[in-house]
Amino acid sequence: MSDIAIKAENVSKLYQLGEFTTGSLNKDFERWWAKIRGKEDPFLMVGEVNDRTSKAKGNLVWSLKDIDFEIKKGEAVGIIGRNGAGKSTLLKILTKVTSPTTGKIIGEGRIASLLEVGTGFHPELTGRENIFLNGAILGMKKWEILKRFDDIVEFSGVERYIDTPVKRYSSGMYVRLAFAVAAHLESEILIVDEVLAVGDAEFQKKCIGKMNDVSKGQGRTVLFVSHHMAAISALCNTGLYLKNGRLVDFGNMNNLITTYFNEGKLKPKSTVWTGSDGDDNIKLYNCSIFPADLENGFSTTTDLIIEMEGEVLKPILGLIMGFTLWSEHDYELAYVLYDDAEGSVKTVDPQYFKKIFKIPANTLAAGKYRIEFDVGIQYVKRVIHDNCDIFFTLVNKDGLGRKFPAEGRGRTSMFRPNWTVKN
Amino acid sequence: MMHESDKHWEIKPESSLLDVKIKETLEYRDLLWLLVRRDFISFYKQTVLGPIWFFIQPIFTVVMYSLIFGGVAGISTDNLPKPLFYLAGIITWNYFSDCLIKTSTVFRDNAIIFGKVYFPRLIMPVSIIFSNLIRFGVQLLLFLLMMLYYHLQGAHFHPTVFILLFPLLLLLMASLGLGLGMIVSALTTKYRDLAFIVSFGVPLLMYSTTVVYPLSVAPKQFLGVIKYNPMTPIIETFRLGFLGTGSFSWHLLIYSATVTFLILLGGIIIFNKVQKSFVDTV
Repeated sequence: MSDIAIKAENVSKLYQLGEFTTGSLNKDFERWWAKIRGKEDPFLMVGEVNDRTSKAKGNLVWSLKDIDFEIKKGEAVGIIGRNGAGKSTLLKILTKVTSPTTGKIIGEGRIASLLEVGTGFHPELTGRENIFLNGAILGMKKWEILKRFDDIVEFSGVERYIDTPVKRYSSGMYVRLAFAVAAHLESEILIVDEVLAVGDAEFQKKCIGKMNDVSKGQGRTVLFVSHHMAAISALCNTGLYLKNGRLVDFGNMNNLITTYFNEGKLKPKSTVWTGSDGDDNIKLYNCSIFPADLENGFSTTTDLIIEMEGEVLKPILGLIMGFTLWSEHDYELAYVLYDDAEGSVKTVDPQYFKKIFKIPANTLAAGKYRIEFDVGIQYVKRVIHDNCDIFFTLVNKDGLGRKFPAEGRGRTSMFRPNWTVKN
Repeated sequence: MMHESDKHWEIKPESSLLDVKIKETLEYRDLLWLLVRRDFISFYKQTVLGPIWFFIQPIFTVVMYSLIFGGVAGISTDNLPKPLFYLAGIITWNYFSDCLIKTSTVFRDNAIIFGKVYFPRLIMPVSIIFSNLIRFGVQLLLFLLMMLYYHLQGAHFHPTVFILLFPLLLLLMASLGLGLGMIVSALTTKYRDLAFIVSFGVPLLMYSTTVVYPLSVAPKQFLGVIKYNPMTPIIETFRLGFLGTGSFSWHLLIYSATVTFLILLGGIIIFNKVQKSFVDTV
C-alpha cells in the first residue's frame, strides 16, 4: 500500500457568478442550439482568477485553478488563505459535496467531515436522536453509533440535556455535540472546517487535543481549515496556502503562516514611515524606530527608540496616541500610550507634537516585529489604523538568551528571558 | 468494519447519466430509517393530538366532498356509501400527491445539508416515500374501520379478488409520485416557477382522476384525458379490490405501469444529473 492518503491532480472548479434565473430558459435554449451545431457555449466567458474584490469581466470564475498536492497518511495538514481563497471549495470537492470541473483526486480511506456546526440536526429531535441522525448522515452505521454512543455523550459534555430537543441548546452545546459525533467517526481522514470558533476555551482545547490525538496518536490524516493561526500551527506540520483559487505554496506550516501574514502588506517593510495621514482633528507625519546605539544596530542588547510626529488640529479630550507591538505571527505583545503614566484624561490643545517611546534593551528576543500606530479620540473614533505600520528585526549578537528566533509552535518573537542558570 | 468501496476512491468531474450508485445508496439504509423516524416524530412533536392528525384531514375532506359533490352536485358514487367511495379515492390520491409534492421540493428543503455533507442524494426522496407510507398506513386503517362500520350497517359492497393487486398499486403510486417529484425537484433548482405550477396543478390534476366521481359517469368528451391519467386505473382498481365496484382493464393497468416506470426512470436519471451540480446553482 502506498503512503499517500490524498492525491489531487490538476483540480479546478468553475463557478458561475451573478443571477441565474433571469432569462435562463432563453439562454439554455441558445446554449443547446449552439451545442447541436457544434459551436462553443455563447455564454461561457471565463473571467480572470478568483478575486472577490475586483469585478470580474466574465460571469464565470475559477474558484480553484490547477491545484496539485499529495498528502501522506497520518499527516495533519492546515489549509490557510483569506476569505474566498477557495478553501471551502476544496473541502467541498474532497467531501464529494460538489464535483470538480476538471482534474481528479484519488485517495484511500473513509473521509469524515465536520464542515459546519450541527449539519442535519433537527431542532425538534432530542440530543440522543440527533446523534443517531447526524452520525448516519456522516456515513456511520447504526451499530457503529451505538458502540460509540457513550463516548460521544461524554466527550460532548451535554449528558444532562441529552433527552432535550436541540432547539433548546445553546449554540456552544450544539457545536459540542456536533463535534463529538464527527470526532468519533471511524474514518481514515478527518476534515475540519472552522468549527472551533463557537466553543468555549475549555472545549476548544479539548477539540485541538482530540484532533492531535487523531492525527498523531492514531495515525489518521487530518485536514484543518482555520483562520486561527495558533491552533493551526499547534496542530499541523504541513500546510496548503490558497490565494485567489491558486495554490501559493505547499509545505512547512510555519513558513506558510509567515508568508500568509506578510502577504498583502504591499508596502516595503521599513523602520520608517513618512507621509500625511489622519483627519481634520489629528495628523500623523512621521513614525520611526531606531536603535539608541546606532553602531550596535537592531540588537537585543540595545534600547530601541520609537518616535511619532504629527499635529493636533483641534482641541481634543481623550487623545489616544501610541502603538501596539506585534510579533511576527501577529500576536499582540504590548499596547502603549503616550500618557500611560498620567492619572487623568486632559484636553490637548492644537499643537505640533513629537512623542518618544523607549523599549529597553534586553526586553525582546531576536525576531521580527511590527509596530501598529494607534491614534484617535477615546470613545469617538480611531484616526490611524494599520496604514502607518513600521517593522524591525532584532538580532542577538552577544546578549543573553537564545541566539536565534525560536521558530514554530507559535512561539516566535517573545520576551527575552534570562532564566538559564549557569552550572 | 471497513467497506471495500470506502477504501479507494476517486473524485472526477462527470460520470455517466446512468451511474446511480445503487450499492452506495443501499449502504446508507440506516440513514433512510432514521430520516423516516425523524419525519414521523417531528410531525407530531408539540401537538396535543399527535398522530391523530393523520385521521383528521381525510375525515374532513370526506365530509366536504360528501356535502358538495354527493349532496349539492348529486354526482353518482356507483351505489356505494358516499363516504366510503370518497375515502377510497382520497387516501390513494393523497398518498400519490403527498409523495409528489414533498419530493418536488427536496432540493430546496435540503439545500443547506446537501451543501455541507455528502450522502447518496437519492436517500432523501426515497425517505419521503416511506414517511408518507406511514401516513398512508394510518389512513388505510381508517378506511378499513369505515368499511367495517358500513358493513355492520348493512351496506352493499364486497371486496373482490383484485384486492391482491394492492401491493402492486401501492408500488405504482409511490413510484409515480417519486418519479414525477424528482423530475420537478430537479427542474426547480433552475426554474423556480415550476414550484408554483405544482402547487395549483396537483389539486387540479385530481379532477382528471376518478376521486370524486366513478369512471362510469365520466363526461364523454373528457373520457380520454381521464382514462389515460395513470392514476385513474390505480384508483379504479383499488376501489374494485376493496369495494367491488370500479372499471378495470388489464391493458389500462399495464399502460399505467409502463408510464410509471418510464417516469420513475426519467426521474432517477434527471435527479442524478442535477444532484451533481445543484450545490453550485441553487
